[in-house]
Amino acid sequence: MFAKSVLCGSFALFLSSPVLARDSISIVGSSTVFPFATVVAERFGKVTDFKTPKIESTGSGGGLKLFCSGLGTGTPDITNSSRRIKKSEFELCQENGVTEIIEGLIGYDGIAVANSVEAEQISLTRQHLFMALAKDVPSPDGGDTLVPNPYKSWNEISSDLPDLAIEVLGPPPTSGTRDAFVELAMESGCKAFDFINEMKKSDEDAFKALCHTIREDGAYVEAGENDNLIVQKLEANPNALGIFGFSFLEQNSDLVQSSVIEGFEADFDAIADGDYPISRPLYFYAKKQHIGQIPGIAEYLAEFTSEGAWGEDGYLADKGMIPLSDEERDEIGSAVSSGTPLEL
Amino acid sequence: MSDTTEIVKASLARRYRAERRFRFYGVLAITISLSFLAFLLISIVFRSIPAFTQSSIHLDVALDAETLGVSENPDYAELRTANYSGAIKKAMRERFPDVSKRKEKKNLYSLISSGAEFQLRDHVISDPTIIGGNTVIWLQADDELDALVAAVDDVTNIGDVKTRLNEQQRGWIAELQQAGEIKTRFNKTFFTNGDSREPELAGIKAALFGSAWTLLVTFLLSFPVAVCAAIYLEEFAPVNRWTDLIEVNINNLAAVPSIVFGLLGLAVFINFFALPRSAPLVGGIVLSLMTLPTIIISSRAALKAVPPSIREAAQGIGASQVQVVFHHVLPLAMPGILTGTIIGLAQALGETAPLLMIGMVAFIVDIPAGITDPATVLPVQVFLWADSPERAFVAKTSAAIVVLLLFLIVMNAVAVLLRKKFERRW
Repeated sequence: MFAKSVLCGSFALFLSSPVLARDSISIVGSSTVFPFATVVAERFGKVTDFKTPKIESTGSGGGLKLFCSGLGTGTPDITNSSRRIKKSEFELCQENGVTEIIEGLIGYDGIAVANSVEAEQISLTRQHLFMALAKDVPSPDGGDTLVPNPYKSWNEISSDLPDLAIEVLGPPPTSGTRDAFVELAMESGCKAFDFINEMKKSDEDAFKALCHTIREDGAYVEAGENDNLIVQKLEANPNALGIFGFSFLEQNSDLVQSSVIEGFEADFDAIADGDYPISRPLYFYAKKQHIGQIPGIAEYLAEFTSEGAWGEDGYLADKGMIPLSDEERDEIGSAVSSGTPLEL
Repeated sequence: MSDTTEIVKASLARRYRAERRFRFYGVLAITISLSFLAFLLISIVFRSIPAFTQSSIHLDVALDAETLGVSENPDYAELRTANYSGAIKKAMRERFPDVSKRKEKKNLYSLISSGAEFQLRDHVISDPTIIGGNTVIWLQADDELDALVAAVDDVTNIGDVKTRLNEQQRGWIAELQQAGEIKTRFNKTFFTNGDSREPELAGIKAALFGSAWTLLVTFLLSFPVAVCAAIYLEEFAPVNRWTDLIEVNINNLAAVPSIVFGLLGLAVFINFFALPRSAPLVGGIVLSLMTLPTIIISSRAALKAVPPSIREAAQGIGASQVQVVFHHVLPLAMPGILTGTIIGLAQALGETAPLLMIGMVAFIVDIPAGITDPATVLPVQVFLWADSPERAFVAKTSAAIVVLLLFLIVMNAVAVLLRKKFERRW
C-alpha cells in the first residue's frame, strides 16, 4: 500500500504545482528557418550568460498557431516562419492578447533544382517546370484546353531541352519546401499562359487546383522530407533532377550542381540580388510583451540581427542563408531593436 | 507384412522429405532475418566510426591584450566576451604568412571549427595569467577537414574521394600534417556536449540525459500504478462483467498507436494542467500511459505463474489475503514483473511519435538538470541529425543509433540478469 500512497501523493503534487516559471526562451516554427535559428541560439547560449533557447521545428503554420495562442510562460516567445504572417493569424494573435508583435525579415532561402555533377547542367524556365510537373497542362496542340500531362521527356516540352526522361525527385506535400516550390515555381510558370492567368480572376479555386497540383504518374517522385536522401539519390541517378533547399546544395556542391533557372544558377549572389526566381523570405516574430518576463529575448533578437550573424560574411551566410541588402538590414535591425510593433 | 505397414512404408519417404523441407525452411527463415540484422548492425557501426574520432590542429596563439580587446587586468565578464576568434585568425595568418587575398583567408579560417574560439576562451578563463604571452593549444578542426583526413592518407592526392575543400586548402592541410600539427584522437566532445549545429561540436549527452530523466519519470509513475492494478485484478477483484470489461480494455490499450497518447498529453497535461512544454516530466507521464498496459499484462502473467499451493499454504497458517499477497506471492512474482517493466521501458525509450506533440522534438544544447528543463531524447536526436545538411552528421546519426542500441542492450541485459538471479521454478 506504500506504492499507492506514493502514487496519490505524486498526483497531488502535479495538480497543486503552480505554473512553472521559465528561464529560457522558447522558440517554435518553420523547419526552413530551424537550421539558422539553431546556430544563433547555440551561439547566444555560449557568448551570454543566458540559457540556450529551446527551438522546436513545428512548421511555419503550426508555429504561428502556437505563438498566437496567448501570452504567458506556457506559450512560445518567438516563432520562425518561411512566409509572412497572414492576416487571419495576425487577428488570432490580437484576439488572444498578443497585441505587440515584433517582426523581423532575416534573409532569403533559395530552392534549388539540381542534378548530379556527373550529368550535363540543365537550363530551364519556370514554365518548363510547370509543364513538366503539373498534373494537367494546356494542350500541346495550342488552344485553351487542358489535357492530362502528356510529356514524357524534356525535349517534348521544348526542343532546347535534352532528350531525357522527366524524372524529378522532390519533397512530399507535407513539406514547407514543396509549398514554396509550388507557389514560387509552378504558379508563376502556370501564369505564363494567358488563359490561365485570366482564370485566376474568374475562378480562383480552379486556378489553384490547376497550378498547384503535381502529376502523380511517376515523373515526380516524392522522395521524403529528408533532403539528404534526395541528394544521395541524385548522385546514384545522374538522369534525375532534384528539388531541395539551398543549404543542401551548398553543403553538397561536390556532388550536385544547380540547374540554370531563367538564366541564373541558384548561387549566393543571384538569390541575394533577387535574380534567381525560386527563393522565399525568412521571418521571425517575437512577443514584445514577453520582453522583461522571460530573460534574454531582447538580447537574442540583437544577436540574430547583429552583423556577425545575418551580415554578408556572418555565420548564417556560411550556413546557406542569403542575407538582405545593407539598407534592408539597417532598417529592419533598427526596427527590431526599437521594438516597433507589427501592424497589418 | 500387413497392409498397414505397407501403407506406412510407402508414405515414409515422403513424410521424411516433408520434415526435411520444413527444417530447411526454418533454417532459411532464421538465416534471412539474421543476415538482415547483421547487415543493419554492421552498416550502422561501420558508418558511425568517423564520429568517434576528431582531428585537432596545433596552433601557437599570441594572447596579447590588444588583439583580445581586453584591459591589462581583465575581469571575468571581459574574458568571456574577448575577441578570441580574432586571436585564432591572427595565429592562422602567422602560420601561413603567404595567404593574403580575402577569399583565401576565409578558406584558411574555415579549417578550424567555429567552436574553437570557445575552446580557447575556456582555456584562458581557467588561467588568465597567460594573457600577454603565447599559448600552444590543440584546437578542434572543421568537420570537412576531419572527414578528409579520416578518408585518405595523402590529402593532396585524393583520387575519387569527394570533398568541398579546394586544392589550396588541401595543400595547407598537407603542410600541417607533415609538421605533425594535425592529430586525430578519440572524440570526447561527442559524449560531453549537447546538440550543436556544427557536427564537430555536436554531442549526445543532452539527449542521453533527456532519455534518462524521461524514463525515470515513466518508471516512477507506471511501475507502482501497474503493479497495484495487476495485484488487484489478479488477487482481489471478483470475476464479473466489470472486471472482464476492464481486462479487455487494458489489452486494447496496449495496442493503441502511441501518437494518440501524445495528443492526450498535449490536451491534458500541457493545455489543461499547464505543465511546461518539452519537459521530461510531461514526456515521462505520456510514456507511462503507454507502458502501463504492457506492465499490467506481464505482471498479471507473473502473478498467475505463482502456484496456488503457495497461497493455500499461507492461508492455511492463518495469513490474511493482503499478507498472502505481499509476503509470499509478490516476492515470487517480482522477477517476472521487473522483466515486463524493463521491456515496457525499453519500448518507451525508442518512442518519438508521442513526444512530437508535446514539444520534445527540439534543438537542445544545455544538458537538462531536472525533469522540468527542456529536453529531447535519443531517438529524436537521431531524427534531427539525419535531417541536417552538413554531411558529417551522417556519421553522428549512426553513432547516436549505436548509443541508443547500447542503452537498449544494457536495459535488456538487466532484465535477463534479474530473471536469472531471482527466478524460481517449481
